[in-house]
Amino acid sequence: MSSPAPVVHLLDSTIETIDAAEALVTQAAERMGLGEDDLPGLGMAIRECVANAVVHGNRYSAKKKVHLTLNESPGELEILVGDEGEGFEIHDVPDPLAEENLLKQSGRGILLIRAFVDEFDVRRRQPNGTEVRLLKRLQPQ
Amino acid sequence: MSVKMTTRQVGDVTVIDASGRITLGEGSSAFRDMIRDLASQGHKKLLLNLGDVSYIDSSGIGEMVSGFTTVTNHGGMLKLLNLNKRVKDLLQITKLYTVFEVFEDEATAVRSF
Repeated sequence: MSSPAPVVHLLDSTIETIDAAEALVTQAAERMGLGEDDLPGLGMAIRECVANAVVHGNRYSAKKKVHLTLNESPGELEILVGDEGEGFEIHDVPDPLAEENLLKQSGRGILLIRAFVDEFDVRRRQPNGTEVRLLKRLQPQ
Repeated sequence: MSVKMTTRQVGDVTVIDASGRITLGEGSSAFRDMIRDLASQGHKKLLLNLGDVSYIDSSGIGEMVSGFTTVTNHGGMLKLLNLNKRVKDLLQITKLYTVFEVFEDEATAVRSF
């Protein structure tokens, strides 16, 4: 059986997009058979990615879009979240678990994303911006 | 639904009953404003009841940490009550269990101040 073609959504750089993206991804994952215990975690990972794209990447710009791609294949769901911002270096993000950072207000998003997906990569997006790739494997029921 | 918060006094402890979602935007800013207002009004023993909070994201966690720091800097204490499994998991993942005192019983929490 061939996999469906990737589905691409172009979303505005607004807070509302975070809810919309979570719904799109969790509905797809649920349809593919992801267990209900895993859905909220995947939803959180997506929310954190899209929040980063809206807030830090596109800085709420009405001229910039969030690029959400869902790529379904047997047993796994790949999700790409791209922005049109200036990019960032993941190695520049301080370790939120370090003693000196525990009481910092921000910086936990990537930690939470990693906690709830099987693979997480960050790369430069062409011609500009950042793209994060998440992979969630569906456990055989 | 965004977050809703009400306060009540149990002795000298101010219990904040929160419900809904503490997430980026309106939810986390409402939470921040309430904690800051209570701290600046001199409330020093704050117990945050999260029993009806269905969801917290990293922004909400950040506001909880910020609230903890604000209250501590005012000479007070902020403790947590009634965390659901997802919120407990978040505190484990972020190691914030080492920062917050967490209770499952209100009477015990109130006595702990």
